[in-house]
Amino acid sequence: MAILEIRNVTRRFASLKAVDDVSLSIEAGEFFTLLGPSGCGKTTLLRLIAGFDEPDDGALFLDGAPLAGIPPEKRPVHTVFQSYALFPHLSVAHNIAFPLRMAGQNDEQIRQLLKETLELVHLADKAQHFPHELSGGQKQRVALARGLINKPRLLLLDEPLGALDAKLREQMEGELIALQREVGITFVFVTHSQQEALALSHRIAVMNCGRIEQVDCPEQIYGFPKNRFVADFIGTINLLPVEVREASHGRLRLAVDGLGEIIAAPAAGLKTGERGSFALRPEQVRVAAAGGHHEIPELHNHFHGRVRDFLYLGDVTVYKLELDNGVLIEALLANSAPGRAKFFEIGDTVSVGWRCDAGVYLRD
Amino acid sequence: MKHRTPWLWGAALAVYAFLYLPLAVVVIFSFNDSQLNAQWVGFTTRWYAKLFADGEMLHAAANSLAIALTAASVATVLGTMAGIAMQRWPTGVLRALPGLVLTPVAMPEILLGVSLLLFFREVLDLTLGLVSILVAHITFSIGFVAIIVRARLAGMDESIFEAARDLGASPWQTFRCVTLPLIAPGILAGFLMSFTLSIDDFVITFFVAGVGVTTLPLQIYSMIKVAVSPEVNAVSTLLMALTLTLIFIASRLAPDALKVKP
Ligand SMILES: Nc1ncnc2c1ncn2[C@@H]1O[C@H](COP(=O)(O)OP(=O)(O)OP(=O)(O)O)[C@@H](O)[C@H]1O
Ligand SMILES: [Mg+2]
Repeated sequence: MAILEIRNVTRRFASLKAVDDVSLSIEAGEFFTLLGPSGCGKTTLLRLIAGFDEPDDGALFLDGAPLAGIPPEKRPVHTVFQSYALFPHLSVAHNIAFPLRMAGQNDEQIRQLLKETLELVHLADKAQHFPHELSGGQKQRVALARGLINKPRLLLLDEPLGALDAKLREQMEGELIALQREVGITFVFVTHSQQEALALSHRIAVMNCGRIEQVDCPEQIYGFPKNRFVADFIGTINLLPVEVREASHGRLRLAVDGLGEIIAAPAAGLKTGERGSFALRPEQVRVAAAGGHHEIPELHNHFHGRVRDFLYLGDVTVYKLELDNGVLIEALLANSAPGRAKFFEIGDTVSVGWRCDAGVYLRD
Repeated sequence: MKHRTPWLWGAALAVYAFLYLPLAVVVIFSFNDSQLNAQWVGFTTRWYAKLFADGEMLHAAANSLAIALTAASVATVLGTMAGIAMQRWPTGVLRALPGLVLTPVAMPEILLGVSLLLFFREVLDLTLGLVSILVAHITFSIGFVAIIVRARLAGMDESIFEAARDLGASPWQTFRCVTLPLIAPGILAGFLMSFTLSIDDFVITFFVAGVGVTTLPLQIYSMIKVAVSPEVNAVSTLLMALTLTLIFIASRLAPDALKVKP
């Protein structure tokens, strides 16, 4: 049974629906991520789960029991706030032990659990320090430890890595995954960073304007976005306007406006003549020098083009290619040759192709 | 800019002289070995000795202390509640309610004195005395405490109070374990501020004191109607020292609320 069940929950602020008819079911032990642009209602949904706010419509169930009317302190759900929200007048040890004190545990129990938890987050040597004496990453770990110490059913994390610099964020991402695996507590993680979501989660719910657009595992979300919003929001993607020419089982033929026909992976329920977009990830595009012996004729989807521009990103270079008839497409090549920033120059004619099973057709 | 500096220094000096010379004179003459505030004769502490032997004066001082302690205590409790309410109620009509306790802070003292007098005599038909003085002092002190406590709260991250609830603290536990310790310096500063205001107050006390009870400022006033004796200088010096000390401590405890610059 799902640990948290969200059923048709809506939360309105005046005329704005911050959370709009959301239904989700989160499994025990999951690392579940709510991903969406700023203002899409992620924090509002977390506040409904934590009990700081009640839904206007719909209901939430924790372990099958309705949460309506239960105040935050009575819910076995803890939150890690973006600002950490550490108590400035309490030491690290007292901050972390706070939930145990409130629950009325005795000193011996507290001492034991505190010791274990401090070790879990590598803060044993900082126990007597105060929050203002800690670095951002250390504060983050105190907030995590405080949220985990009395084993809540759910830990909610509202953009916990938002305030950290890139290097530290990467390190904390690793620590978060390890921590979640170790304690086995269900995490509901909020972020607007797609890399963070892809790297950390078992499942991701992509939100937009208060609604859930897609719930899936990271590979599905990235590889098979359900609609244009998800495709566009996660990573970069080429979106080509197309018309369906032939949709039979085992075969999908699409006509790209101005370019010609391509073959794509078949999908159910498509009708000949309907219009949509063909979404193709830049790393799925293959590029070779035109006329060279590396040309790629074996690929059915195969065109000629010219290099318009490129962007060197260190590990990879993004090429902006113009196909024969003006269609623009981005391709991403790994810089596998040491010391070389690019394989092609601006103006080079190239051969461009992709596999028949690459990319997805999206309805408009 | 440099050439303007002498002017500015001169102006500043004049202002400070204007502010502090009269106070300095009072302090100096309280140690002057002469009945007259005319010229320096020699150092003495006999006016202080006389002060501590003056029954009426001691009685007034005892009244003042008792009133100040009680009024400050009550005003601190009420003002703290008002300050928290002002911070918590985000917008709308309710916001104005706790804000109303601030009015006496801005009201001219004489107006407050007259209106309280009318209220006590005509509406409540109260016999003027200790109780009326106490109520009056509490009235004008609440606002100051509220301002200080609110300023202290305003500088804090709202989410720590939510975090407390989230981690299992009931509203009362949140207040006791998080809110109260965090605003304690503000509360103490508010108490000291109220205490000072009460012990120094003359105008309002003058209106609501009635005939039976006298406080230190009232006693001083009745003495200078005759002449400014060295004994008055001595009691003024003590009062000044007490007030300045308390204000100094309060400003240390709540720098955000009592800072000079906006
Ligand atoms: N208390 C409130 N009163 C009115 N409107 C609100 C309130 N809380 C949130 N909103 C609105 O609801 C919408 C969703 O807000 P929310 O904070 O949930 O977004 P978010 O997805 O967490 O964004 P971010 O990534 O920027 O934190 C926003 O348009 C916001 O202005
Ligand atoms: Mg948010």
